[in-house]
Amino acid sequence: MIDASVLERVLGSALRTGGEFAEVFAEDRRSSSALLDDGRVEELTSGRDRGAGIRVVVGDTTGFAHTADLSEAGLLAAAEAAAAAARGGGGGVRTIALTRQQASRGYEIEIAPVEVPKARKVELLTRADEIARSTDGAISQVSVNYGDSLRRILVANSDGLFAEDETVRTFFAVSCVATGDSGMQTGRESIGHTIGFELFDRYDIDELARRAAGRAITKLAARPAPSGQMPVVIGSGGGGVLFHEACGHGLEADLVSKGASVFGGRVGQQVASKGVTVVDDGTMSREWGNIAIDDEGNRAQRNVLIEEGILTDYMWDQLRARKEGRASSGNGRRQSYQHLPMVRMTNTYLLAGTEEPEAIIASTEKGVYVKHLGGGQVNTATGDFVFGMTEAYLIENGEVTEPLREGNLIGNGPEVLQRIDALGNDFAMGPPGTCGKDGQGVPVGDGVPTLRVSSLTIGGTAA
Amino acid sequence: MSDELLAVADRVVAMARPGEQVEAVVVRGTDTEIKVYGGEVESLSSAQAQGVGIRVVIDGRQGFAYAGSLDESVIAETLADARDNAGFATFDEFAGLAEPDGVAAPMIELYRSALETFSPEAKVALAIEMERAVLAADPRISGIESAEYMDSISESAVVTTTGIRSAGRESNCYVATYAMASDGDDTQTGFGFSVGREPSQLDPERAAAEAAQRATRMLGAVQPSSGRLTVVLDPWVTAQFLGLIGYTLNGDAVLKGRSLFADRMGEVVASPLLTLVDDPTDTRAFTATDADGEGLAARRNLLIENGVLRKFVHNAQSARRAGTVSTGNAVRGFKSTPDVGCLAVSLLPGTSDPAALLAGITDGVLVQEVSGLHSGVNPVSGDFSTGAEGIRIRNGELAEPVREFTIASTLQKMLRDVQAVGSDLQFLPMSSAGVTLVVDDLTISGS
Repeated sequence: MIDASVLERVLGSALRTGGEFAEVFAEDRRSSSALLDDGRVEELTSGRDRGAGIRVVVGDTTGFAHTADLSEAGLLAAAEAAAAAARGGGGGVRTIALTRQQASRGYEIEIAPVEVPKARKVELLTRADEIARSTDGAISQVSVNYGDSLRRILVANSDGLFAEDETVRTFFAVSCVATGDSGMQTGRESIGHTIGFELFDRYDIDELARRAAGRAITKLAARPAPSGQMPVVIGSGGGGVLFHEACGHGLEADLVSKGASVFGGRVGQQVASKGVTVVDDGTMSREWGNIAIDDEGNRAQRNVLIEEGILTDYMWDQLRARKEGRASSGNGRRQSYQHLPMVRMTNTYLLAGTEEPEAIIASTEKGVYVKHLGGGQVNTATGDFVFGMTEAYLIENGEVTEPLREGNLIGNGPEVLQRIDALGNDFAMGPPGTCGKDGQGVPVGDGVPTLRVSSLTIGGTAA
Repeated sequence: MSDELLAVADRVVAMARPGEQVEAVVVRGTDTEIKVYGGEVESLSSAQAQGVGIRVVIDGRQGFAYAGSLDESVIAETLADARDNAGFATFDEFAGLAEPDGVAAPMIELYRSALETFSPEAKVALAIEMERAVLAADPRISGIESAEYMDSISESAVVTTTGIRSAGRESNCYVATYAMASDGDDTQTGFGFSVGREPSQLDPERAAAEAAQRATRMLGAVQPSSGRLTVVLDPWVTAQFLGLIGYTLNGDAVLKGRSLFADRMGEVVASPLLTLVDDPTDTRAFTATDADGEGLAARRNLLIENGVLRKFVHNAQSARRAGTVSTGNAVRGFKSTPDVGCLAVSLLPGTSDPAALLAGITDGVLVQEVSGLHSGVNPVSGDFSTGAEGIRIRNGELAEPVREFTIASTLQKMLRDVQAVGSDLQFLPMSSAGVTLVVDDLTISGS
């Protein structure tokens, strides 16, 4: 995207007012999406974003500026603005020599989405619409989304790092409304991977559409969810967001260092039930949160956060790691070149246990079985978090019985981690997610085996 | 200023071929974002960004493309992409751009040049002053999760082959902070902010005091027992719910069978105490504007009047399909085609202040924060359940703080169960205004 010699001059200029660290992050993102709604292909959209963000660090202060102009003049102007924002004291000339680093994600993109005719993408939309509508007469509305993106990034910094990466993601979702005597209910299914159009060789769109329709239909007969505390069994693959919220955010080093996490100062301590091992893994091939390098140029890693219930480490970005005199864990990510990187998750998951999922349900006298979770939210300082259930059932006498209407569950991270009392042998990754933090969204993945929390508060309306 | 953006949009529209409708939306924004921590600048970002969104309609088929650049060659490619994309859409007799409707744009001033001349040093000082005030507010304040100053100057222009030519400019700024209070092992957080169109309108002291008060009064919070209670929603919480109610009155959702109020026009859908308006012409609103996303005049729309459903909001296309006219409610950025949505909703305030409302409640809870609105509210079915924290109300007075519980009901029932609307209308950094709201019979789920 940009010549190494230009980058060296820009970085040198960025440090001219006394900065200790400077970085150029350039990005070229092409995306295409298509939307079908109400039986019509409403539109196809093509998008193009290209630019660079430059940061300069002086002491604890970061100056940042970005530009859509990738010419040397444009980059130098941004470097000057970033340096001025950081307001370094001293002067001097520093010579930067960049060393190109190779990073590979260990697999190839098979079918570049940009090579696929638009008509083929539109076919997928109409096919999913047709199948969803034919599933059941109660399906009253369907929308289908297709999206792909090609994101090329380049990172160069004053430590001499120079890394580039290219990421392809492809996404597809079907949303249905079912109408019955009880009103309307919705069902949604989505797939997304860090791969190309081969996504559709791996998944059956018909099946996806039927599942989305089925979820909406099932909920037409749903009764209000209970209120109060009871055991909750979370289905394999459907509920990784639980860990994303219960402990993931609380293990981000930027929040920890401000005293804004209940997990601060607890490395080495037992923070979860004995069998619980939680991993954040950017290297997980083809998953939605897969990265070869993070947005600070550091190689993606598999980081064990909690091992057999013991907190082993937090997640780190470049700045926090630098301050602590350690290496980044490859978790510095940003939404785009217009944003500063922060500590972010990639693919966060809980390792499988040994129990049969059926046995976990059978040993639950009365509780809730959450087959599919929606999003969630956490206050890392208090540890209180919520997550939505988009498909859930009552468990009565060890059997899954009636479907429940939607609602949130609420719990406290450190308490919930200690209350995991059963782990299934059926690990699966869940649907693609977008994690929001401080106004920035990044793609993340999550996964869990079937598991049980001995007590959680169910946010329903029934007694 | 905006003349430059109009000129860019004009050039795009001039490239339309015979039989094509072309719309160009051109935006440019300058943003400053300052985070402070420990009396120092943690980060200072300052940048200008621009972009163009191009919509092409050919024979009832719509295509769209955008680019984060105003470079001539990029614009030409973007137009070509939009044109090509149009060929793949389904024919729709109602597809098409907005057309001038004779409604004059309100004469409102949303731009203050004072923001441009305010120095970065002075902006930093505002944020540091706020952080200092939070830390000094109470001995139990243990730290700051964030203290920031943000501002933006945004300009936009919309030009179409159908005769729309509109441009505007506005400035916004705010300070916001999350405070932490601790007592032993117990840590609680509280949020405070202040918004304005120029820095002189900001009140960092008030933001700090609010954040500190909200955090400290939660110390010692326990999980309440489950039950049905009268709930008082703080203005901040009410505003978030109004955003969801706004969705149900969206004409596109109505047409597509996704609104629970689709067949209720003219009927009583809420307590007679409720009158809901969408009024982007009120300059006090953070999202006030003189034109919508298609360049039509923004206007005041009365949506619910004394509990009776009066109007759904529309953009040009949804209006055409519904056989009505646009209400000036096209919502968009340059990266998307216009959606339909409320621009600046608010409830007409009542006559009692929050203290008077609390005094009348024997057994209830004041909710000061909700979480999981995106995961626990289904605006199609109306089911909602959100995480909450707040203070119990006993015999007309604030009692113990409570946390880790949910409040649940349906949007339909909640609107009917409104017992009082406060007099404390507040404009917040979002597209809905807040006011204290008393709602009867919500389910609390806790211990």
